[in-house]
Amino acid sequence: MTLAIVRRTAILLAGVLAASIVVFAFLAVLPGDSAQVALGVNATPELVERTRQEFGLDRPLVAQYLDWMGGVLHGDFGVSYVTREPIGPQLLDRLGVTLWLVGAGMLVALVIAVPLGTVAAVRHRKPSGALVSGLAQLGVAVPAFLAGMILVQVFAVRLGWLPSGGWTPPAHDPVEWLRGLILPAASLGLVQGAVLTRYVRTAVLDVQREDYLRTARAKGLRPYPALLRHGLRNAAVPVVTVLGLQLATLLVGAVVVERVFVLPGLGSMLVDAVAARDLLTVQGIVLVLVVGVLLVNFVVDVLYTLLDPRLRRS
Amino acid sequence: MARTVNLVAGAVLVGLVVLVALVSFAWTPHDPLLVDASLRLSGPTAEYVLGTDRFGRDVASQLMVGARTTLYVGVVAVGIAALAGTPLGIVAGMRGGWLDELIMRVNDLVLAFPALLLAIMLGAVYGASTLTAMVAIGVATVPSFARVARAGTLQVMSTEYVLAARAGGRSRAWIAGRHVLPNISGLVLVQSSVSFAIAVLAEAALSFLGFGTAPPTPSWGRMLQESQELLAVEPRLALIPGAAIALAVLGFNLLGDGLRDRFDPRLEVRR
Repeated sequence: MTLAIVRRTAILLAGVLAASIVVFAFLAVLPGDSAQVALGVNATPELVERTRQEFGLDRPLVAQYLDWMGGVLHGDFGVSYVTREPIGPQLLDRLGVTLWLVGAGMLVALVIAVPLGTVAAVRHRKPSGALVSGLAQLGVAVPAFLAGMILVQVFAVRLGWLPSGGWTPPAHDPVEWLRGLILPAASLGLVQGAVLTRYVRTAVLDVQREDYLRTARAKGLRPYPALLRHGLRNAAVPVVTVLGLQLATLLVGAVVVERVFVLPGLGSMLVDAVAARDLLTVQGIVLVLVVGVLLVNFVVDVLYTLLDPRLRRS
Repeated sequence: MARTVNLVAGAVLVGLVVLVALVSFAWTPHDPLLVDASLRLSGPTAEYVLGTDRFGRDVASQLMVGARTTLYVGVVAVGIAALAGTPLGIVAGMRGGWLDELIMRVNDLVLAFPALLLAIMLGAVYGASTLTAMVAIGVATVPSFARVARAGTLQVMSTEYVLAARAGGRSRAWIAGRHVLPNISGLVLVQSSVSFAIAVLAEAALSFLGFGTAPPTPSWGRMLQESQELLAVEPRLALIPGAAIALAVLGFNLLGDGLRDRFDPRLEVRR
């Protein structure tokens, strides 16, 4: 088992290394010149040349990459070509907002999906089960930003219960922070919850057909207690896998939802950086997001082995 | 019986989107791009069945032409993914060994770049357009096809008719074309339908962020984005394209589910 985790860690590190090279190559090599891109086509050649020297863009690419990665490992993402401010601190700040959003969205999704998915599976031959499945199928088809727009309309504009956007740091005012987080988290979580409901349903359906569950029912346990005692852990294995994949989707979905609710997260930072043609900042944000996806995959793989002892040996 | 419901409902919804897109080439009620200040934000009337937007453009006509954009993006993105991913998966599954390992590791790397992120990255470098969106969504979807094709190939390769063909001295290419491809085509079709739904959502999100289809070409995602500020006054402008996106995605998902039930008999017990 330790061996399995060591192997996973090696795969993670290799993945991060490869991803960093891809991100760097993508943004530093392909367009020709980041300084030219940042300054625009009207900049004089002298200004471009001076900027290139200032930011070390005239050095060999390998040196530039090593320099960048070396800095990133210490939390230094370089200095923006456009704002001339260090990227790292802002990135960290914005990451916090995005992580709160993703975490809260995941929570909403789980709270919706686990009970609904289980009910849909247990009652899969009854109209109520079919209704839940149908609603989930419909929910999957709604884009998160549309859900967000509708939620704002109903709960912020019409009813005035919650703010329509904006961000209050939790340390500043915890109540306002929570109020501001509810709608974005709901729009992110409702849609993911629908996706997850379908997987929970399938997982529970599979478990229900297992002999040990039939034995539990034959012993006289009612359907839900039997599932709780014997089924959930087994159903959790495929669900955890999907959960991991979904976390990655949520991270990207947050980019769009942040836009709807004007949240100062990584997503809005990314969109602004692209608009300002600030390639080094784009590079840093993309790297953080991609490493986030890889990390989630790593945790899922490790959890997988912990949840299912049969997988430990391989 | 319930099995065919998904398939039929999905086919009807998808067929409707295709039909609307096709008709829009020949006929739309009005010019979707015609700006008419005197008709700004008109509600539904007999002439403008879905009303007009803030520039006085006909919403119904925009919706029809928008269906074209949606299908165009989906077809190209899924086409790229299927044409690249399926052969890669077959090769990985048939050859095994280091080539399999290499293909699957690169696959994992691409999987770390979600479609939306890839599209924004491409947009940052080459400028946002329908083309960059399609390429990004397509490339990001290649791994799903490679995985599905590989899994299917491994299954086919362990059958006795493949063993017989190999014993008979048939070449790898012959086996791939004669046995593997026909047998996994169902899986690939299911994956195409599901990926199409994801591509439609991704295009909408990209257009909403301003990284997708550039104005003035009508796109459902951008219709939504343009409606955002007017949501309090004219919710109709958001709900119409929103419903169009949701129905198209629902259609492709149902079609995928229906096809899966058809091609994967193991799932029969479940219904």
